[in-house]
Amino acid sequence: MTIAAEQRGAMPAERAAPRKWARLARPALGLVLPVTLAVVWEFIVRMGWASGRLAPPPSVIFATFVDLARSGDLQRHTLVTLGRVAAGFGIGVSVATVIGAAAGYSPLIRRLLDPSLQALRAIPSIAWVPLFVLWLGIFEASKVLLIAVGVFFPVYLGLMGAIQSVDRKLVEVGRAFRLSDVAMVRRILLPAVLPAYVISLRSGLGLGWMFVVAAELMGASEGLGYLLIDGQELGKPAEIVAAIVAFAIVGKATDWLIALAAAPFLRWEDVVRQE
Amino acid sequence: MLVLDRVSKTYPNGVHALGGVSTEVELGEIVAVIGGSGCGKSTLLRAISGLDPASEGTVLLDGERITAPHEKIGIIFQEPRLLPWLKVAGNVGFGLGDRPRQERAARVATALKRVGLADKAMVWPRELSGGQAQRVAIARALVPRPEVLLLDEPFSALDAFTRTDLQDHLLDLWADAKPTLILVTHDVDEAIVLADRVMVMCPRPGRIFDEIEVALPRPRDRQSAAFDFVKRRVLAALDRSLSRAVAPADGEAKASAGAALWW
Ligand SMILES: Nc1ncnc2c1ncn2[C@@H]1O[C@H](COP(=O)(O)OP(=O)(O)OP(=O)(O)O)[C@@H](O)[C@H]1O
Ligand SMILES: [Mg+2]
Repeated sequence: MTIAAEQRGAMPAERAAPRKWARLARPALGLVLPVTLAVVWEFIVRMGWASGRLAPPPSVIFATFVDLARSGDLQRHTLVTLGRVAAGFGIGVSVATVIGAAAGYSPLIRRLLDPSLQALRAIPSIAWVPLFVLWLGIFEASKVLLIAVGVFFPVYLGLMGAIQSVDRKLVEVGRAFRLSDVAMVRRILLPAVLPAYVISLRSGLGLGWMFVVAAELMGASEGLGYLLIDGQELGKPAEIVAAIVAFAIVGKATDWLIALAAAPFLRWEDVVRQE
Repeated sequence: MLVLDRVSKTYPNGVHALGGVSTEVELGEIVAVIGGSGCGKSTLLRAISGLDPASEGTVLLDGERITAPHEKIGIIFQEPRLLPWLKVAGNVGFGLGDRPRQERAARVATALKRVGLADKAMVWPRELSGGQAQRVAIARALVPRPEVLLLDEPFSALDAFTRTDLQDHLLDLWADAKPTLILVTHDVDEAIVLADRVMVMCPRPGRIFDEIEVALPRPRDRQSAAFDFVKRRVLAALDRSLSRAVAPADGEAKASAGAALWW
């Protein structure tokens, strides 16, 4: 009796254990290569086989990172950059959401706007910079505008496409139950569009981070991009890499925030994926 | 009572899908609509539902003209069409959006119990089998207590066993409130098991070709001689409806010749 009970009790635990292990091991597998390279480089520099002056070893980068953080410079520059991305992302997403929703909903508006927007999209967004600088000066406004332009296109395209590809059979269910226009949007269109919209927000945010670097490289007195330029001009590669690491961390964190905020509304999608 | 008066439909692309269908359906009657592919069965059902109103003629329900979806009319499609972002209970209660929460919960629970899925209330639609999903769709359509329930080949995507199971189930549910059922099907057995009257349609444009009363007592035995007799009549009518469609010119003569041979 007791043995049987014990066995039964042990079974799920045993089965769960390897799965848990696999869940930890799989991301860890991806770390093998970078960690090995870092350790090897550290070792090579320590042994004096290379100077590490242009490519500083991990310990130096870490020390620079800590120094920058301790002096408060890192936080200040990060906040400035974050503020620019937030402003550009906010503007880009707002405009893209309004126009994308209108173009997805109304064929007339789509025919009116989409060709022009597609043509604009073909222009590499950085090419706008001189014009933006002429119009808005070299300070915040032109940077934010560039980021907003970068964020706009993926969100606009994603939302318009998502609305157009909403399953008409589900819309018909809404009609059969006599939903008002508002209820139709709230109960059918919104939930149907949300997964694709979140994906477009995340790719928009990615572009936002890309463009903030471009904007700050072109002239800024503050921001993580300024740290990059500063490190280049003063020959401090560790500072450059520290700024890059900061970009990676903040970029990933903001992306994760969007995913986290959307997760409760997209739980039904997980079921689909498990299948 | 549901009254169809010369209901016609011409699609914007010029296809003349329905050419004047007139009939009357009593409250609580079960009508099966059968006919070759493309003869306008779905078009007729959608015209009655108000989803895709007739271009000519009228659909009257209790004297009220139907030109848009109506609260007294429910529809069940060939696919369950459950909303994937709502759990089963949310889907079943979808048509009760304006009711107080408690009433909604109670009616959803009752409906789910009635279709035998009380334990699936908190499950996502994707986790259901095809038959279970269609049962949820039936529950969803019945929860607002429609007077007329339209079904467009509701069981045709299911395997034979699940199909007969759901046919019996549908009759069970029908017995609760006795709504009018109009059921489009390709399955002659299904039509005869369920219906009081089998309406055979013929194409180009879609019309009623023949109507066959099914006066067998319920529950009906699919193996009985009486069942078989009705089935032969329906099959014969179907046969004639199709041969007439192939040769419209001298079809009339052929059809009557065919009828003479049959009887
Ligand atoms: N939305 C539409 N636009 C144009 N023509 C249509 C449309 N829907 C159906 N038709 C045409 O109308 C005719 C009747 O179609 P319908 O779908 O009502 O047939 P059906 O009897 O339901 O066929 P099936 O048994 O294959 O479901 C067909 O010739 C079809 O091509
Ligand atoms: Mg059809």
